Amino acid sequence: MSFPWAKQYQPQHPFMQWMDEKLPLPRLVYNAIGGGYEVPRNLNYFWNFGVLAGAALMVQIITGIVLAMHYSANVGVAFNSVEHIMRDVNSGWFIRYAHMNGASMFFIVVYLHIFRGLYYGSYKAPREMVWLLGVTIFLLMMATAFMGYVLPWGQMSFWGAQVITGFFSAIPLVGEPLRQWLLGGFVPDNAALNRFFSLHYLLPFVILGVIILHVWALHIPGSSNPTGVAVKSEQDTVPFHPYYTAKDAFGLGVFLLVFSSLIFFSPNLLGHPDNYIPANPLSTPAHIVPEWYFLPFYAILKAFTFNFLWIDAKLWGVIAMFASIALLFFLPWLDTSPVRSASYRPLYRIFFWVLVADVLLLGVCGMMPAEQPWVLLSQLGAIYYFAHFLIIMPIVSRIEKPLPMPASITEAVLGKGGNASVPSSAVPATA
Amino acid sequence: MASETVDNAGIEQGVRRRDFIHIATVSFAGVGAAAVVFPLVTQMAPSEDVLALSSTEIDIAAIQPGQAIKTSWRKQPVFVRNLTPEEIAAAKATAASDLRDVQTIEERTKPGKENWLITLGVCTHLGCVPLGAAEGESKGDFGGYFCPCHGSHYDTAGRIRKGPAPTNLVVPPYEFTSDTVVMIG
Repeated sequence: MSFPWAKQYQPQHPFMQWMDEKLPLPRLVYNAIGGGYEVPRNLNYFWNFGVLAGAALMVQIITGIVLAMHYSANVGVAFNSVEHIMRDVNSGWFIRYAHMNGASMFFIVVYLHIFRGLYYGSYKAPREMVWLLGVTIFLLMMATAFMGYVLPWGQMSFWGAQVITGFFSAIPLVGEPLRQWLLGGFVPDNAALNRFFSLHYLLPFVILGVIILHVWALHIPGSSNPTGVAVKSEQDTVPFHPYYTAKDAFGLGVFLLVFSSLIFFSPNLLGHPDNYIPANPLSTPAHIVPEWYFLPFYAILKAFTFNFLWIDAKLWGVIAMFASIALLFFLPWLDTSPVRSASYRPLYRIFFWVLVADVLLLGVCGMMPAEQPWVLLSQLGAIYYFAHFLIIMPIVSRIEKPLPMPASITEAVLGKGGNASVPSSAVPATA
Repeated sequence: MASETVDNAGIEQGVRRRDFIHIATVSFAGVGAAAVVFPLVTQMAPSEDVLALSSTEIDIAAIQPGQAIKTSWRKQPVFVRNLTPEEIAAAKATAASDLRDVQTIEERTKPGKENWLITLGVCTHLGCVPLGAAEGESKGDFGGYFCPCHGSHYDTAGRIRKGPAPTNLVVPPYEFTSDTVVMIG
């Protein structure tokens, strides 16, 4: 779980010594996120986002538990109970806006976290399991966010639930019965609202559990770093505490600034006004769009407008949308290049940025109505997305000539003079 | 226990008494677990009060040719449309090769009541309510209904013509109880 030079936990106070014998929880924390966890010395700010995602989850859990004390999951009163939180409950507006925008903040930091993983090849051996658990967390987050969005029972809530549970009806033969079973009715109604509330309360704790596995799996090989070069000696690492606890605390400050400006200055910026209209099962809003964090996947869903082979357009759309996420599970085996960091992969780096542009384009297409040129653009965008992972990535891994890499992390930081072979006096005393 | 033998060391060979107890115990626990799964699964299915809303009576006397109304059955929207002769003619003139889900207008209406097109107002793609039933709404490229969510176009017989929806708008089970009253469900 750690490098041989990592500091050992040595409780000083008699109470802590007693505690260490009975329940070594402080030892666990020390080794996980304290002075006992040795981390590469060269991590940049992109390495903040894991901790920030954890912070965002805690914000969601705390505000969510409070909201559940005031909310009522019944189609007759759900919408009004949310308005009751906004208008009558003391500080209710703040807690709800924090929860609403907290979801967006959670997705922003998780997308940056995934971006970091893709750019620096964090998914590669020996960290495949960290990546697989991360994709699992992402899927759970999507399910949780979707169900949470249904709870206010506004127009977007209702029609979002109708459309997303409609995905299941695309499955041949069992689709429609399955959908009715999931909804407990023929359309989203009281049964669906209640079960969504129950699961929306449960899933964040499941996410918390998978995060513990994610961090556990990470701590076996230890954190990667921007060069992708493995840790070779003591000079390459610094203890997590105080070096990265301080750096993460700074990142948390920036995160809270952005989060606060959303809550206090434009709390509805990322929402849809239609969700302030109570749900009406007889009238679909003219333009249904999911929350911003689902838009690229929604564009892939909408890209299929024609039957192809023996599968109809609807099923293709649903398959493609799920496949676009499921594909990420195979990433560690699709990218066969031994070089982790895109900093040393001149060709992959170009395609990486094209992929980023492609996902942003899909996001825009997801937001636009199902008309030309957006349909065509989302089709091209979807094709490129799959081509990137299934064709470009394996080929690039094979033909690319990587740039020369530093011999060690220390050399990357300090230049040739800081090579591990140089006496440690050449290295700052903090290392 | 006739098949049972005891070797020199006193260890039982073949099917032992203990094997039988293991199998019986695990089987019994398995049956018990399966019996508990059943209520946990079925509680998710539509409950009796939801199923009880399964028929609706509609008075259609006031619907003029070219007009449509939106009502609801099992909490789903239903479109009742009084087709004009031109709309019926357009539906009849459509070649089967232009249809994704081949059905004639006769198959989608009751004999002698061909002008009454009664369908669910639920797009077969992902369940939005298509436009075209109310005055002034877009009827799509084929004069029937248009689903704004993902751009499915339905013709004057409620058949899918363009867009991602796989099948025609569903015709619910219904009966004319008189010339002006329809019982859906």
